[in-house]
Order: sequence, then C-alpha cells, then structure tokens
Amino acid sequence: MEQVSIMIVGVGGQGTLLASRLLGAALLSSGCGYDVKVSEVHGMSQRGGSVVTYVKFGERVASPIIDLGEADVILAFEQLEAARWLPYLKPEGKVIVNTQRIDPMPVITGAAEYPQGIVEHLRAAGVAVQAIDALALAMESGSAKAVNVVLLGALAKQLLRSSELADATGVSPGIPRGTWEEAVRSTVKPQFAEMNLKAFALGWAA
Amino acid sequence: MQELFLGNEAVARGLWEAGCRFVSSYPGTPSTEITEYAAQYAEIDAEWAPNEKVAFEAAHGACIAGARAFCGQKHVGLNVAADPLFTASYTGVNAGLVVAVADDPGMHSSQNEQDSRHYARATKIMMLEPADSRECLEYTKLAFELSEQFDTPVLLRLSTRISHSRSLAEPGAREERALKEYHKNPRKYVMMPAMAKERHALVEQRILAQREWAETCGLNRAEYFDQTIGVICSGINYQYAREALGEGASYLKLGCVYPLPERLLKEFCARCDVVYVAEDLDDYIEQHCKALGLAVRGKDVFPLLGEFSQNLIKKAILGEEPPHPVAALQPPPRPPVLCPGCPHRGLFYALKRLDVYVSGDIGCYTLGSLPPLGMLDTCVCMGASVSGLHGRNKANPENARKSVAVLGDSTFIHSGITGLINIAYNRSNSVVIILDNSITGMTGHQQNPTTGKTLKGDPAAAVSLEALCAAVGIGHVAVVDPYDMKAAEEAIKAALAAGEPSVVISRRPCALLKHVKHNPPLRVNEACTGCKSCMRIGCPAVSMKAGEGRAKAAIDPTQCVGCGLCAQMCRFGSIE
Repeated sequence: MEQVSIMIVGVGGQGTLLASRLLGAALLSSGCGYDVKVSEVHGMSQRGGSVVTYVKFGERVASPIIDLGEADVILAFEQLEAARWLPYLKPEGKVIVNTQRIDPMPVITGAAEYPQGIVEHLRAAGVAVQAIDALALAMESGSAKAVNVVLLGALAKQLLRSSELADATGVSPGIPRGTWEEAVRSTVKPQFAEMNLKAFALGWAA
Repeated sequence: MQELFLGNEAVARGLWEAGCRFVSSYPGTPSTEITEYAAQYAEIDAEWAPNEKVAFEAAHGACIAGARAFCGQKHVGLNVAADPLFTASYTGVNAGLVVAVADDPGMHSSQNEQDSRHYARATKIMMLEPADSRECLEYTKLAFELSEQFDTPVLLRLSTRISHSRSLAEPGAREERALKEYHKNPRKYVMMPAMAKERHALVEQRILAQREWAETCGLNRAEYFDQTIGVICSGINYQYAREALGEGASYLKLGCVYPLPERLLKEFCARCDVVYVAEDLDDYIEQHCKALGLAVRGKDVFPLLGEFSQNLIKKAILGEEPPHPVAALQPPPRPPVLCPGCPHRGLFYALKRLDVYVSGDIGCYTLGSLPPLGMLDTCVCMGASVSGLHGRNKANPENARKSVAVLGDSTFIHSGITGLINIAYNRSNSVVIILDNSITGMTGHQQNPTTGKTLKGDPAAAVSLEALCAAVGIGHVAVVDPYDMKAAEEAIKAALAAGEPSVVISRRPCALLKHVKHNPPLRVNEACTGCKSCMRIGCPAVSMKAGEGRAKAAIDPTQCVGCGLCAQMCRFGSIE
C-alpha cells in the first residue's frame, strides 16, 4: 500500500501529541487530498512514561498504527526512546533524534543504567540518523517547552527533501513551509505564536 | 468537507447531529473525550455523573422522558452500569438511548482486558462497532434510529485505537428533535415479575427482528477480492486485516456484532477457501460461527491476549514478518511515574515510613505501587480499596493497626463512600485516606462532585468530604497537607492509633492543574554529600549526576515545581 508512516516518540509530557496534531493539520490543509490517520495514546503512559504517536498518510490508510519495520521516519523527542522504537523503522528509514536525555525511573533509582552512545548505536544499525540538540534550539527560541515545535520543523524539512521517500512510496510527502507555519499559528495560543514560529524555523534549519 | 476527527470526537459529533439532548457519563480511558466533546455543544446537556450506574440511569430516565440520550464509559465502567443495563433491555426506550463502551485490548490504561461484546449477548442489546471516525459518526446517528425502531438501548462498541485515532469524517447538520411525549405505561417501565415476564418475551422477539435486519442492513458487508483467504472481522481488526492482506484476501466486515448475520456468515464461508476470524480479546465471533457449523479458524492462530496489529495478522495467516533494524542495546523500561510535584508522593512516602499495608484503588495513585515507593498491596476496581480494607480488618482485627486504604476524591465519590458507610455501620477500625487533589486526575482532569464545578465549567454544589465522612458515622476525621510529610505521617499514625473508623483527607491540588502556582525550581548546593536520601521519593526531576568524586544530587529545573519534598528528605540542608 502506498503510504508514508511517521512515528513520533518521546516521554509523556514532552508535547508529542501537539506535534502529531500539527502534522495532521498541515497534511489536511496542504490540500494534498490524502487519506490521513493519526493514532495517539492517552491515559496512564502520559505520566512520564514512554509515549508514541503514529501519523500515516497516502491514497488509502487502513490501520492507524505503525508496526515493526514500517515507519519511514521516526521523530524521537528523546534518545532512549529512539532506541526503544528503532525496530519500528523500515530498514531504509530515517531517525531524527533529539539528543536530550531524560532518565527513566529505573535509571533514577539505580536499577538500570542509561545506555551510552545511543546515536552511534542507531547509526550502527544501518539506518539514516539526524541528531539535533532540540532543547538548546528551543531555549534559543525562548522556551524549553518548544522542543516539540523545533523537532516538527526538522521533520517538515525532512519530508520536503525526501525525494527518495517519494520514489519508494509513490506518495510525495512534501508540504510547503508556509502551510506548516499556518498550522503552527492556528494551533498554538496567539501569545506563543512568534516563539513557536522561531522554534519551527530553527528546527527547519537544523 | 472532510475533517480529521478523533474517534471519540466523531461519536460526540454524531450525538449532536442526531439531536441528542442529554449525556451523562463517568470518565474512563479510552472513552472520556466523547463526553468532553459533547459538552462543547450548547444543545447538549452533558454532565459527569458520580459513577457509571448513575450515569446510565440518568440517561435512561432522560430517554423515557422523551429526550435522545447517551452515556459512555470504558469497559470496566459498563460493569458498574450493568445492573440497570440488563433491565433497560426489557423496558426499552421512549426516545433513543445509545450506550458507548470502550474496550482496551492491550491494557494501555486499564486493570483488565475484558471483552464487552459479551454484554451485548448477555443483555440482548444490539451492538454496533465502528472501524474509523467516519463510522463513529455515522453509527452513532444510526444507533439512535435503531434504538427507536426496535425499542431498545443500543450499544456502541469502541476500542482504544478507534477512540484515540484521528481519521477523516464528514460532519453534517443537527437534526433538532422535540421531546417525545411520555405516556405512563407500567407494563413497559415498571419491571416487577408480572410485567418483566411480558417484556422478556418481547425482547426475544426483538432479537429475531434485529437478526433479520442484520442480514440486509449494509453495516455487515462482504468485500470480495482473492477468495483463497477470507477474513471475518469488525472494528479496528478490519483495518489491521486490510492493511496486512490488502486485496490478497476477502473480508466480511461486521458493523453490527450483535446480533450476528448468520446467512451472511454462511455465504461468506461458502465462497472463501479458508476463513479466519480476526478478533482480539475473546473468540466471540468464532464461537458463534462454530455453533453454526462453520469451519473457521481463529484462536488456533491468533492470541487471546493483547491487541492485534497488521503484522500480527500477516504473521498468523501468511507466516510473513517484515525485516526491521535492530540496535545492539537493551533500552531500560520507562514506566509511567507520579509527576514532579504530585501531592500523592509525600503521602506515599509517609506510608512507607509507617510500613503499613496499603489497600489501593484506581487512579494516578496506583502508580504509587511502582519503585521506589512500592506501596500498594492491592488494586482491583473503583472503590475496592475501602471495602477490601474492611474485609481485611474483619478477617483479623489486629490488621487494623497497620493497614490503610488510599483512593482519590473522585473514586471515593464513585464508590468509596458505600464502602465507608459499611466500615462505620459494621464497625471495623479501618483507616481510609482520601487523596483529595481537587480533580479526577488520571483521565486528564475532569470535574467531579467535590470540585465545585460541572463538566461545562459552571459553579456547582461541592461535596464536603469532612462533613460527608462525619455524617456516615466516622468520628475521627483529619485533614493534612501531603507536602508536609511529617504532618502527614503524624496524622496517619494518630488515625491508626484511634481505635475507631477513621478518615485522613490528604488535600493538595494536582500539580498539573492550570490554576496551581508553582514555586521556583529548587537547587542542590555544595553541602550535598551524595547520600541519595532525596532519591527515595522517586521524583523524576531528581537524579544523581557524576562529577569529581562521589555523584551528587541534581535537580532538573525544567521539571521541578518546587514542592520541597526532596528538601525535606535532605539532612544536610543541601536542597534549597
């Protein structure tokens, strides 16, 4: 089936839901006419647990979820989560990973260790990796909370330049930058619009 | 024009378009947003009830009064509403009554993995199952028509992936409906034996009529492609199967899962070489097919546990697994945790110091069972903490001096209060701790009868927990701020020593509430010896950072809300 599958993974509270909603809104307003499905998990895992959101689009999308070996892009808000969800990537897929580290409770309590060299491990698995210090860029834009929009900017750029992706799937995932900016503007509160647009631009340029 | 709708949002839209006037529910993942979205429509009087039984009865009462009505809940919520549900099947309706139940295969946020389709069969109430947001909207509207046509409540079965996925749907206009006239009719609405016997006969006739309807309604449709493989499925499993097998198989997609269309099932099985029933949770459709003598395959290749996916179906039927990358490292798990500043944390640490048995309940505080706090002994269902503690203390009255129950404000109102009445009435010296965080937390901040606000945000009567506990006969009621761990410990100790039924109200609003003002983040100074005392409260904002010499405590300023619990743990004054 010709479709593009994007996973957004992170830690509950990082704003992955907003990112997936923005992506869904941008896809719809781009006028591409694609079928779009977005799947979220609410509830218990939002309390600092590992969270994942699936966004899929194409001529016809049946399942709203992404399974092992199916994602074209994994957008990881945190390093460890990139490693956790890596098996969901297509072997020829790409990981965009925020180098931020958030210790899970087993690491905090000393029951487990936070793995070293995660980005190198991702590369060693043979997939394309783009590592971004999104927290630093978010701070630059004015708020640590804008990490999600920074990463969305990086994803938007990736989708636009993915000609390989278009060849592989038959679906052109590119959405003009202006459409994204409109989606950001219409989704966040007006007083945070400028800050978020700056965050988006920094992610786009990363 | 098509829009992206969350499944639950599409159900709410369907309610509005169908002219529904009254909605009463109790929140429960993954069903909660139906009622929240419904509340955004001015034409719908939507409210949070204290529990699902009350919600169902209110909706049933509204439908008898002539208003199209709805109640929605998660799977375990329907257990609470089951008592009126069974008998409402007999009374039927006046205006339409639709009841949504959202199952949670894989238990993303639930205490069991029950299959609510059994309720349809047990109550003899027809059940529709949508497979995306478009169908959520359409089936909800249709359910009202069917409810009135067949004089029955109608169940709408959802699941996590339907409720919490966004897909395209086409919104329409609202069909305004006047109140239907109510005619007094004890033979229909007063269910005592003589009348109920008559109604039961009508229920059986109704099912026969619905069975005919199910054969031709269009909700159950066969899609023939390659007929070497046939798949019978409904809801989200239809989407998984379509994705897994594409046009390499044929499908019988069931939109009505009770009653099942027997002729369609037989015809589909006759036209396909091998037929699989792809259903997560129980073998509900499979058993029905086998009772019809159809040679289908099902749980011999599919699991009874967990949720399905496209790969799971592909592997079970075709034996294929797609390749995927593997990282040469084992990521440690990341379980959910109590948030930074969570008021439950201080209370649980006080309980840990007292080393007591903790009878637990359903809510954010269930997370208090995870390390490093690790404080729950049991967790079963809403309200069970209180009644279970009473039983424990009756089994051995000595237990009462080292045992407590913990439950939240909303859970207490839901079904803790009846257990507390039992404690007072049947006299066990039980200590019940109400974790009053001024909101229904785990499901994402819903108002409840203790918060002083309705679902629509209007001011409301607020239950006084202190007065309520006193009124049922609890003599010892204490209120404490869980941010003061010493005081919390003392208050619990006093209650355990009181030798009478006691309640401790641990009161502090949820740290995630918008109106809660946070203190500046705390910092670790030079005095830190790296003793790790502060790590024992399990705050995700506190960690040990390696530096020169021994690792020292560090506080993440982006997470810390300045609650001060870690500072109370520190004997060296190093956190300020």
